[in-house]
Amino acid sequence: MNLIKNVTAKEGYHKIMGSVSAIIIGLIFGFLVLLLANSSNAFEGFITIVAGGFTGGGRGVGQVLYFATPLILTGLSVGVAFKTGMFNIGAPGQFVMGAVSAVYVGVHVTFLPAPFHWIIALLAAAIVGGIWGFIPGMLKAFFNVHEVIATIMMNYIGMYLCNFIVKKTVYNSLKNISLDVKSSAVIPKAGLDKIFVTLHGNYSDVSTVNGGILIAFGIAVFIYFIMEKTTLGYELKAVGFNKNASKYAGINEKRNIILAMTIAGALAGLGGGLLFLSGPSGRHLAVVDVLAMEGFNGISVALLGLSNPIGIIFSAIFISYLAQSGTYLQTLNYMPEVVDIIIAVIIYFSAFALVIRQVLPKLRKKFYERKSQLPTASEEKESNGGEK
Amino acid sequence: MSIFYLIVQQTMFFTIPLLVVALGGMFTERGGVTNIALDGTMIIGAFAGILFINQTQDTMSGTTQLLLAMLVAVGIGIIFSLFLAFSAINMKADQIIGGTALNLFAPAFAIFAARTIQTNGVQQIQFNNTFRISKVPVLGDIPFIGDMFFKSCYITTYIGILILLVATFVLYKTKFGLRLRSCGEHPQAADSVGINVYRMRYSGVMISGALGGLGGLIFVIPTSTSFNADVAGYGFLALAVMICGQWKPMRIFIVSIFFGSMKALAASYSAVPFLANAPITSDFYKMVPFIATLIVMAFTSKNSRAPKAVAQPYDKGSR
Repeated sequence: MNLIKNVTAKEGYHKIMGSVSAIIIGLIFGFLVLLLANSSNAFEGFITIVAGGFTGGGRGVGQVLYFATPLILTGLSVGVAFKTGMFNIGAPGQFVMGAVSAVYVGVHVTFLPAPFHWIIALLAAAIVGGIWGFIPGMLKAFFNVHEVIATIMMNYIGMYLCNFIVKKTVYNSLKNISLDVKSSAVIPKAGLDKIFVTLHGNYSDVSTVNGGILIAFGIAVFIYFIMEKTTLGYELKAVGFNKNASKYAGINEKRNIILAMTIAGALAGLGGGLLFLSGPSGRHLAVVDVLAMEGFNGISVALLGLSNPIGIIFSAIFISYLAQSGTYLQTLNYMPEVVDIIIAVIIYFSAFALVIRQVLPKLRKKFYERKSQLPTASEEKESNGGEK
Repeated sequence: MSIFYLIVQQTMFFTIPLLVVALGGMFTERGGVTNIALDGTMIIGAFAGILFINQTQDTMSGTTQLLLAMLVAVGIGIIFSLFLAFSAINMKADQIIGGTALNLFAPAFAIFAARTIQTNGVQQIQFNNTFRISKVPVLGDIPFIGDMFFKSCYITTYIGILILLVATFVLYKTKFGLRLRSCGEHPQAADSVGINVYRMRYSGVMISGALGGLGGLIFVIPTSTSFNADVAGYGFLALAVMICGQWKPMRIFIVSIFFGSMKALAASYSAVPFLANAPITSDFYKMVPFIATLIVMAFTSKNSRAPKAVAQPYDKGSR
């Protein structure tokens, strides 16, 4: 009992409960949407959503991790910017520029020996993504251009530039997508193909997941370390809390704004590299005039993970898990967009987390106050009874 | 010369939705609430309006149908914006988060609903465009100007200009406008003289919902014959136009003309001989509006001044 009392007193608990209650409300809303659309399959559909990535067996879980990889990176990108007091809505552009750079290096820079090829390709993704964050950072620091506007513009510039580069250099014109990267540029499987596999008789259906997910975990921990344990992280967060106060305290706020946006861009770019350096069965860049969804989902991931790098790992896997269940929903004649609606509702209610966080401690206090009052009340009764 | 007229007409198609939506954004921000969900509002408004046209096109056509569809778009836009208003004003939630959620919701809902409602189960909604006015009587006969503005046009263009005039008047010349602006600058002061800050902010958000929904519909109608749960990021561009226009109606008009003409050039460059022959691919023409906006923003944002209390929840207890 005391353990529960102590755990519920922690601030972190209330934060997590905010996200958890938003998730529950989102799922209930999703069930209602299923009921409205087609009531006969609704319960089965809901089970499919909740069972999510597990539906596909070992391969299915692997796919959840594969699609969670870029989400962790774009989530970190948005999260770092949030902590620095900025809204990086430019993750789609940074992501896609990183992706096209990695694919270009993966296809054309062939003189590199095998263990370096994919590493150089990832570095290229991070650098070009970083440039795509650096430009809005500069514009914000020196020209006072709102970062939301600048990054939105950079999204569209990046999208069209990416289409142009793909068509000019790495084009598979038959399928209107990018070419396969050379096998030396594919991120090693790191043994994950042995774990995440579904057996159909003699045929083993291997998941696309590779060492990228481990790299993503490592980077999340690294960012946590930077933000919590170093002077750089402290300065970045200080600028986020109060620009003027940190300027007064001798922090170069212009440098920190540019640095934060560059880091954010590099993270999103790296996400692009990690997703697309994955061999013939993995994703390929399609030539379409649509902004990359992985970038926008990074916003949801960061919000749900409360911009905490470790929280972002969990929320990215959760969102990817839901998204995978969307593909399984189609077998029940439901549109996969139900899942997008659920995610939107979750984000909407997670914005209320502040209110929930204020209400929860009060409820808890009331609960324990009443409990502590109960024995005294019964004692009073007893003593009253005794007198009579 | 006909190419010139074509580009002017195209410019109007791109300018008017931007103008209308940016004016909506101006009203809500002047009241102190950021509506980043304008893009989602446009999608929902366009969805409702186009669906209305799709369902009624056996019995109706022409400008009457368009006007009714516009009313539908406005109504749905207002309802949609109430979700933002509730989260931002009553729940004091982060306005960016609430808006982002609505931006996620709108396209997903539009696709889901289109595939559920339409019997063929596709997400695109087709519509017959019977709204083009080939020539406005009398005005279309004016040389030069008539060719530019009063031939092969839509009634939406004139409604957009009318909205601009009304918006300017309401914001600067009415009691409502003054009160709204005060809630965006210093809500505590406004409250102290008896203005209901919540109600004013609700009105601001609802105006943005109405204009956002309308803007979505009038963006889709001249530029396409089917709606695919997408407005090409126009809501975000409208936000850029609003900031570039310094939250002032006439400046917003000028900026949206600038942006609209860039966009028109990108859309119709292949009809202009010397641009089509230049060794530049279409991707770069599509980039031009965005690069141009960035450059213009870099030179004009130095003294940018947003409404002081924008994006801050109003808490009666704080000072």
